[in-house]
Amino acid sequence: MPDTAESLLNRRRFLSLLSLGLGALAALVLSVPVLAYLLSPLLDPNRNVWRNLGSVDQFKVGDTVKVDFEEPSPLPWSGQTAQAALWLRRDDATHFTAFAVNCAHLGCPVDWRPDAKLFLCPCHGGVYYADGSVAGGPPPRPLFRYDTRVENGTVEILTRPLPVG
Amino acid sequence: MQAVRRAACWLDKRLGFSSAILPVIRHPVPRSVNWWYVFGSATLVAFLVQVVTGVALAFSYVPAPNSAYETLQFITHQAVLGNIVRGIHYWGASAMVVLIFVHLCRTFLMGSYKFPRELNWLTGVLLFGLTLGMAFTGQLLRWDQDAYWAVVVGAEQAGRVPVVGDLLAQVLVAGQTVGGATLTRFYATHVFLFPALIFALVGIHLYLVVRHGISEPPGRRDVVDPATYEARYQELIHQEGVPFWPDAAWRDVLFALAVGAAVVLLAVVIGPATLGDKADPTNIQANPRPDWYFLWYFALLALMPPGLENWFMVGFPLLVVVVLLALPFVAPAGERSPFRRPWAVGVVGFCALSIGTLVWYGSVSPWSPNFQPAPLPATVTQGLSGDALRGAQLFQAKDCITCHTIAGTGGQRGPDLSTIGDQLSPDQLTWRIATGGNNMPAYGATLQPAEMAALVDFLSQLRSR
Repeated sequence: MPDTAESLLNRRRFLSLLSLGLGALAALVLSVPVLAYLLSPLLDPNRNVWRNLGSVDQFKVGDTVKVDFEEPSPLPWSGQTAQAALWLRRDDATHFTAFAVNCAHLGCPVDWRPDAKLFLCPCHGGVYYADGSVAGGPPPRPLFRYDTRVENGTVEILTRPLPVG
Repeated sequence: MQAVRRAACWLDKRLGFSSAILPVIRHPVPRSVNWWYVFGSATLVAFLVQVVTGVALAFSYVPAPNSAYETLQFITHQAVLGNIVRGIHYWGASAMVVLIFVHLCRTFLMGSYKFPRELNWLTGVLLFGLTLGMAFTGQLLRWDQDAYWAVVVGAEQAGRVPVVGDLLAQVLVAGQTVGGATLTRFYATHVFLFPALIFALVGIHLYLVVRHGISEPPGRRDVVDPATYEARYQELIHQEGVPFWPDAAWRDVLFALAVGAAVVLLAVVIGPATLGDKADPTNIQANPRPDWYFLWYFALLALMPPGLENWFMVGFPLLVVVVLLALPFVAPAGERSPFRRPWAVGVVGFCALSIGTLVWYGSVSPWSPNFQPAPLPATVTQGLSGDALRGAQLFQAKDCITCHTIAGTGGQRGPDLSTIGDQLSPDQLTWRIATGGNNMPAYGATLQPAEMAALVDFLSQLRSR
């Protein structure tokens, strides 16, 4: 069949669409593994674990102290960020309260002032009472807490993600 | 000599320099282009300086939490001229932020974003956003305490976005908490992703500048009418156009050199940002502050009424983006001269003044407690005895001094109490301390009655003499 103007136009149109379509397909195929890899933190199952903070006896009833613990499954190159901290108070013989160090406003580290019995945030002036409730400043809610339990004479906490919102 | 000329001629023929590239460099621009037109090119030069110094820094930097801080120590204190390279990168970043902001304001004030240069504006807005993104991700790579807590604060703000907040925060820090995967994420963004986007957008931006021509400085009677503007511009260029190179470019070169000299001078005289303590989630003796270009936002977050905050944290950045992107479509025509657009001048003036004031306020941050106040001066404590003296000790021990100032000593969170004895009676003082309110914690359950009495006794004696 001879090339008419119309068939030539159709062929060109087909070839353009074919090239663009194949290009788009290649980009799509390539983007699947890359995006999945980048978004993998979302696909991770919840990996929180109970961490042993030490013998119950080393904590005095009524005292609030900073305790460090290891994050669940840190990467080998995490260095210091493999560790985390919380404020732990022994309420009585068998009960503990564990507060996140992160201010409920924007996550800055709150400092416990034992004489004033207040948690103070260095960033935007958040203040909390000993029970974690807001005493002043911008925090919209009380300090976040960790689940705690006493097992075989030791205190344990359940790790948690960075407390957000 | 002949051989060199022949080689140059061969190269020119193959490259097409004088036939294809030179005409672009020499594209005609309005004769009236002036010193207000140097900020865009200076931003580009600052960016190139950042690329060069950034590549140099990457030769030593290890983007892992267990060594990033140590490599910064090495660069700053041991590497040959490493301190200078870091200094140039640091001050170059500041220069780039300032220059692109001024360039944006200039373009807005002179109405250069209007028809037919809407896309020039949009690509410029994206470049502005990417520059701020570079500033944010860059300060994190220092991996000191400020850097670590800035990541946390960033993730917390992402977390305030409705519905997808948690997911956003997790994508940002690459996991449940800030850890080994977080720093590499910010590093890859800072050195590959954002610079690649910036290069691409700068290419489009420059192409558009050449395509539509540099806007003529607006006269008082210049009004953009899309129907006639392009023909009028062509006529203007035809009648009194001058080649960009070198007739206009010499100003760009001189200004960029001046900026470069200032950056190098600051790098040598002041040096890079001081490294704080190493990033450590268990070290809560921190006083996190962002670099100056985000201090104004840091201040806003402290001053915002808590009830509005969720709206503000999501709404404010969104509003800025929408306003900037919508601008050329909302106002594509009409007046260009700043003398005929008082609102435009007012908005820019208001923004610049607010940002300046808030940066200063953020650096002072009177809302933050003073964790290490000096002891009360002797002028306050001398002559005190009994309850009043005990009260003065309690004022310090119970952290009152962390938020209140007496005779110039203490925090600025609460009111200055230097003459509180004149203003409140002992009963009123007791009531205030016990019940708190207005950001003052209630001390009723914390203080013993005898302690309260001592404290009130001390405060009652603080009078103007």
